[in-house]
Amino acid sequence: MLEAIAFYVLAAIAIVSAFAVIAARNPVHSVLFLILTFFTAAGLFVLLGAEFLAMLLIVVYVGAVAVLFLFVVMMLDVDFVELKQGFLEYMPIGALVALALLGELGLVASAALSANGAPIALGPAPAPEITNAEAIGRVLYTDYVLVFQLAGLILFVAMIGAIVLTLRHRPGVRKQDIAAQVGRKRSEGVELKDVKPGQGLG
Amino acid sequence: MNPNLDYITWFGIDWPVEVEWALVKTGQILAIMIYLLLTLAFILLFDRKVWAAVQMRKGPNVVGPFGLLQSFADFFKFVFKEIVIPAGANKTVFILAPLMTFVLAFIAWAVIPFANGVVIADLNIGIMYLFAISSLGVYGIIMGGWASNSKYPFLGGLRSAAQMVSYEVSIGFVIITVLLLVGSLNLGDIVENQRDGIWMWHGFRLFNFAEFPSNLIVGITMFTMLGVFFVSALAETNRPPFDLPEAESELVAGYQVEYSSTPYLLFMIGEYLSIVLMCALTSILFLGGWHAPWGPVDHPVIGFIVLGVKMWGVFFLFAMVKAIVPRYRYDQLMRLGWKIFLPTSLVAVVVIGYYVTFVAPRAAEIVAGG
Repeated sequence: MLEAIAFYVLAAIAIVSAFAVIAARNPVHSVLFLILTFFTAAGLFVLLGAEFLAMLLIVVYVGAVAVLFLFVVMMLDVDFVELKQGFLEYMPIGALVALALLGELGLVASAALSANGAPIALGPAPAPEITNAEAIGRVLYTDYVLVFQLAGLILFVAMIGAIVLTLRHRPGVRKQDIAAQVGRKRSEGVELKDVKPGQGLG
Repeated sequence: MNPNLDYITWFGIDWPVEVEWALVKTGQILAIMIYLLLTLAFILLFDRKVWAAVQMRKGPNVVGPFGLLQSFADFFKFVFKEIVIPAGANKTVFILAPLMTFVLAFIAWAVIPFANGVVIADLNIGIMYLFAISSLGVYGIIMGGWASNSKYPFLGGLRSAAQMVSYEVSIGFVIITVLLLVGSLNLGDIVENQRDGIWMWHGFRLFNFAEFPSNLIVGITMFTMLGVFFVSALAETNRPPFDLPEAESELVAGYQVEYSSTPYLLFMIGEYLSIVLMCALTSILFLGGWHAPWGPVDHPVIGFIVLGVKMWGVFFLFAMVKAIVPRYRYDQLMRLGWKIFLPTSLVAVVVIGYYVTFVAPRAAEIVAGG
């Protein structure tokens, strides 16, 4: 009974907040609603028994990716009028993407329905005594280790690419060298001068 | 009546058993909340007393004997003040931000085991849950900074977002080293892995002379990780010397500038509660949790006290650091996080991984065989 209540509450919040992401006038509110959507999706994962995935969703998407979104959106000076004008222009492309997503969802749903309620198994189900963190680890680091490493490598290349694109070597910029600062001796920094009265430092 | 549900009879009425479960859990949550808030009142006082003692002052000493009731007086002062919301502020987000900090600081405690078996939710991914909740903590600050619609809070919020995201990475790696040694994400299992005595505590594996050559490597690595975790915890909770989001010399009070009265109180309670959480986490991950240095403690009450003593000990270090160390500059903070802590903890993960995969099984064989 509690599970059913939790499911309906979470599902309702997820749908409403997902709608609010695109309906909100203020882009910062949009991102905040996006965070709420992620969070409720994590809750749904927990209800499905996939608690490890749920936590990963929160750590990666809510804790890191959405923070950066929020960061960027807050700093952008968005012109709302201009934003609204572009809406109709992009409508056909948006509708196309939405249709494709709907079709994919329909395919999955019809496959699930044709299996008469039995879960669609893509591989052997893990033994029940294994926690799902362990189950994911066993598959990810054995059968799919190459794909996993490749995914990491792609992200790494993308990151280096972003750094290379923004890196500019400007000549004459003074940078802090911690080792040089700490390694400086008194003799290098202090010079004693014997100043004669009435003469000053020439 | 639905035959598929279990019922329990109270006062002549049949209730579904979920009602009983919900009542018991609510009671436990209330008990923990009251315990935490009371602890917090005295920890705030302790913090100020330590700070005062270092500067050869007396600290709060007027309200109650030795100033013991100071925090309660402060509480009433905050509550009775008028709530001021700036005219240009985004009202919903402005109010939501302190609430979020407050709530997140509390719900993290759901998985903390206070003693053998004393825990609200014994999740098998407890540490992941904690990590997820602490990664959400940044939202209270960034939302508060943005919603105030003012320059200082906004700059403070952005600074702290960058700071907390940076240090979370090294905290994650440090947690992974502990998880490798334990082989489980359950906080209870992590504590039980350290039950034998101080030589099994993850921070002090150096004293585990039974596996002589390898204890040097593991001990030194894990002690370094204890240090990295402690400093990262300071940065993650915006404690001095890393309290850049509220650096008063540059940003007045950072993201809290526009907050007053109860919303400010919620921010402060949330902040201190996550500091106490970090103390508990340090004790659980590295200092043996509720087990005593000389051996296991299975009695719930004694374990509760032992963990409490350890938490206060770690908090004393937090307070001393606040009193002694001057504030870091922002670029130094980032350098420390990304160029020193991140590589160090990454190397530590590799070292501990090597130990767990190749050295520990052989050591176990030798112990079992001879």
